[in-house]
Amino acid sequence: MSTAALTARASQGFNLGASLRRNRRWALITSYIFLIVFAIFFLIPPYYMVVTALKSDAEVARMATNPWIIADGITFDQFKILLTQTDFLIFFKNTVIVTLCTVAITMVVSVFAAFSLGRMRFWGSSILATGIFLTYLVPDTLLFIPLFQIVKWLGLLNSYWGMVLVYPTLTVPFCTWIMIGYFQSIPKELDEAALIDGAGHLQMLTKIFIPVALPGIIAAMIFAFTVSWAAFVYPMTFLYSADQQVLTVGTVTSLIRGDVYKWGMLMAGALVAAAPPLVIYAFLMDYYIAGLTAGATKG
Amino acid sequence: MAEVALRNVIKRYDDVEAVRSISLDIPDNEFVVLVGPSGCGKSTTLRMIAGLEEVSAGDIYIGGAIVNDLPPKDRDIAMVFQNYALYPHMSAFENMSFGLKLRKFSKDEIKKRVDHAARILDITELLDRKPKALSGGQRQRVAMGRAIVRNPKVFLFDEPLSNLDAKLRVQMRTEIKRVHQMVKTTTVYVTHDQVEAMTLADRVVVMNGGVIEQIASPQDLYHHPRTRFVAGFIGSPAMNLIRCRLEQNGVGLRVRISDAISLPVPAPLSARYQALTGKELIFGLRPEHITEPRRSDRDQQSEFTATLDVVEPMGMETMVYFTVDGQEVCGRVEPGSAKGPGEAMPLYADMNRMHLIDPQTGLVL
Repeated sequence: MSTAALTARASQGFNLGASLRRNRRWALITSYIFLIVFAIFFLIPPYYMVVTALKSDAEVARMATNPWIIADGITFDQFKILLTQTDFLIFFKNTVIVTLCTVAITMVVSVFAAFSLGRMRFWGSSILATGIFLTYLVPDTLLFIPLFQIVKWLGLLNSYWGMVLVYPTLTVPFCTWIMIGYFQSIPKELDEAALIDGAGHLQMLTKIFIPVALPGIIAAMIFAFTVSWAAFVYPMTFLYSADQQVLTVGTVTSLIRGDVYKWGMLMAGALVAAAPPLVIYAFLMDYYIAGLTAGATKG
Repeated sequence: MAEVALRNVIKRYDDVEAVRSISLDIPDNEFVVLVGPSGCGKSTTLRMIAGLEEVSAGDIYIGGAIVNDLPPKDRDIAMVFQNYALYPHMSAFENMSFGLKLRKFSKDEIKKRVDHAARILDITELLDRKPKALSGGQRQRVAMGRAIVRNPKVFLFDEPLSNLDAKLRVQMRTEIKRVHQMVKTTTVYVTHDQVEAMTLADRVVVMNGGVIEQIASPQDLYHHPRTRFVAGFIGSPAMNLIRCRLEQNGVGLRVRISDAISLPVPAPLSARYQALTGKELIFGLRPEHITEPRRSDRDQQSEFTATLDVVEPMGMETMVYFTVDGQEVCGRVEPGSAKGPGEAMPLYADMNRMHLIDPQTGLVL
């Protein structure tokens, strides 16, 4: 090849490299623009909540000031009053109890269900698995009427223990479904190796499947936690006294009196209520993403 | 340590019979390799011995006792899988000791056994690592270690080298042979690779279509195949199988493979084949028995000339391919004597090594 041809080819390569870099820069700029718009759009409500929660009642009520900024200085009064003079802490405690119990019940039921449906092939197992998922598609706004009868019959109306019973109807199907997928993705040779090593089905589940499927189990836990923490229709229907109420309904019903909206406290309540899910997400996300199954088989 | 026996074992999946009434006796300490193409039932047979598949009919004995209804853990077997099947959340040590822990061995005993196995397999430095931090070969060693520590009656290997690259496969093959010589245990090994089968086995079981075609030592299998399938399956390149007619030629017999080529049947074999005169048969001869005319005591009537289609130099020898009556034939010649493609080359067939196969029954006659 002549020197001229070589030079031409080299400059072509250079041009190609430059155009690739340009393309990449544009792709980056475009994605940043969209991400920023997206982030702003979703951060507006939380920002408004924070701003409102840190204002005094007087400032909230004053129509003249700009609602997006704090004009009179930051105050924690809303939080103080919320925590000391309302039933907020009772709601919080009830929600924690209901959520912890719901997550525990959900995980026990759906881990066993998913293991048997996903791993132990038996007659009708695949139809049953689909059936479980289908129950998830029935909305709670439809379910609460028959459930009301059941909860009443059990004597659990106006008791947060009733919620511990009914929330799993929302969480178990979906969690089972997630975990069936996870368990099925675990190579079959792993159970066979465990069987030959001398493990029974329970040992196989506890010593092999649960540790290996931990990311899936944590994903399911996050889901169960979120559903249970944020449930609204069931507590709205089944709970009516403040000592049994949970955060979602309790905050709204106790802080809205007729047409009087205690905006500052409502926002403070919403912020405090949103804190536990935020903390849990922050802690568990890494775990959730970590690919624990790497190296199980050929990789 | 124990002998393994299969008696008329059948495995059916709905109406498909994957294993059709096979019987097999494996004496104590023997290394038996089940070999065959995909879907021949070799893995199913192994899995039935392991207890991972139920037996549809027949009996499986380990150490003299019927184990048909025993779960895998009570059969005292250990198995090495193709994809290693290491527990990803456990270190190599924990992987190897898992079975012992479940069987409630003392900590000291577990450590002693794992260390011993690790020394045999040269993985002492890797015991703290998780599977994902190990290479393919190291993972397979850990998987073998998991089998060794149990000190089982029977080792089962299900295509353990298929996931490794060619070089590592050869290395691990030697390793497995070495381990078997050190840890004398009855071993059943499944592979589709006939080289693996030949190099590892005390005896090879060739399976095809759910039945056993032949059980023999590697040498026996190579030189005395009993069926057309075995003749074609064992050996690389495969045995040449050419349509032929057996003709009477004076007092002797000749194998006619084309209008131009007919080769004399050596006198010691003539008596055996006499009754087949005039029949259409399949003539089998391995590539290494089709060479350039090199021996001085050769029968000159066994020489013929062929126009080469393809020439493959392998270094130590050269493979030459030519066509006889539309069928491809392979010969193995000295590199120096090989002609180029399209050229005519004198060749010699060592007829003492010939086989004749009945095309109807597929049996070697």
